[in-house]
Amino acid sequence: MTVEGYFEICVDQQENYHQIRFWHYFSHHQSMKHIVKILTLLMAISALWIGLLQTSILPHGHAWLLPIYFIVSLGCYGLLMVGVGLMTFPTCPREGVLLQQDIDEAKEHLKQKGIDINSN
Amino acid sequence: MAEQEKERNKYSLIVPTYNERLNIALLVYLIFKHLPDVDFEVIVVDDGSPDGTQEVVKELQGVYGEDRILLRARPRKLGLGTAYCHGLKHATGNFVVIMDADLSHHPKYLPSFIRKQLQTGADIVTGTRYVKGGGVHGWNLMRKLTSRGANVLAQTLLWPGVSDLTGSFRLYKKSVLEDIISSVVSKGYVFQMEMIVRATRKGYHIEEVPITFVDRVFGISKLGGSEIVEYLKGLLYLLVTT
Repeated sequence: MTVEGYFEICVDQQENYHQIRFWHYFSHHQSMKHIVKILTLLMAISALWIGLLQTSILPHGHAWLLPIYFIVSLGCYGLLMVGVGLMTFPTCPREGVLLQQDIDEAKEHLKQKGIDINSN
Repeated sequence: MAEQEKERNKYSLIVPTYNERLNIALLVYLIFKHLPDVDFEVIVVDDGSPDGTQEVVKELQGVYGEDRILLRARPRKLGLGTAYCHGLKHATGNFVVIMDADLSHHPKYLPSFIRKQLQTGADIVTGTRYVKGGGVHGWNLMRKLTSRGANVLAQTLLWPGVSDLTGSFRLYKKSVLEDIISSVVSKGYVFQMEMIVRATRKGYHIEEVPITFVDRVFGISKLGGSEIVEYLKGLLYLLVTT
């Protein structure tokens, strides 16, 4: 590794460090809007990515494709969560029957009390 | 200790209505049935229903007492958010419960809200349909799909800290509700979402209890194309303002 390369890592780590500090500082404050949090997170990830591009730990072709992988995996995560959510969607068919019983009971009671609810 | 606290607490149930003549009567009966030894009042905020909802409420006052059922009507439809504000102004309890009049929020869950609050000291107890013991009845596949999609999107983007954002069956400490509601501007579905997201951001202690949700207006899709656009706009709005 060249001296220059090493220097760049240092700068990069410092940058990351500052971003992490920034993150910690602001995430505990009301003033930081959520969009800023998300953008900060994205910036930190981008910095990491640029770092990887510079250092060539990964083959260059792969490193360039990382954002695509990231977006695709995010999409997969979303679809998976919706799919799992749909499959495990909690339903309660018995509640419909129970509610109807409660409604009949309530109607009976209200009729006895002389409250007119028939004309709806 | 908890018993003593229970003695002191008073719960104001705010129920906005519009043409809920039958439902409000059924709801009030079920509330009284399920809260036999709790100090509470029902505040009906009716937006000038033409179907005679207010007459029924007055009859109910005759049966249950004017101090237990309060009718705080408004001349015309003025929106859900302002209905809560209006009801809140007249609430005398130290806790406020917000629920729908159409019986999709069943009063049988009220004791579990109260119990959860007493056990945890939470600022807000919110009903959730998406955990064990909860559930939905009466939704078709499309409705479930949009609901799940909307939820995943909101969870990923907003990190709200609760599992059910658009449910509106909730118990609040009165001061907490007053604090949050003043900063909420959204309407419709997004209103409920904004309430809970703002509460999370302000660092309030929020607990969840499972509820079941029976949709009785089956077939009428409440989430059409324009609602989805409204929802996305609301999400974006919450991203940049909270």
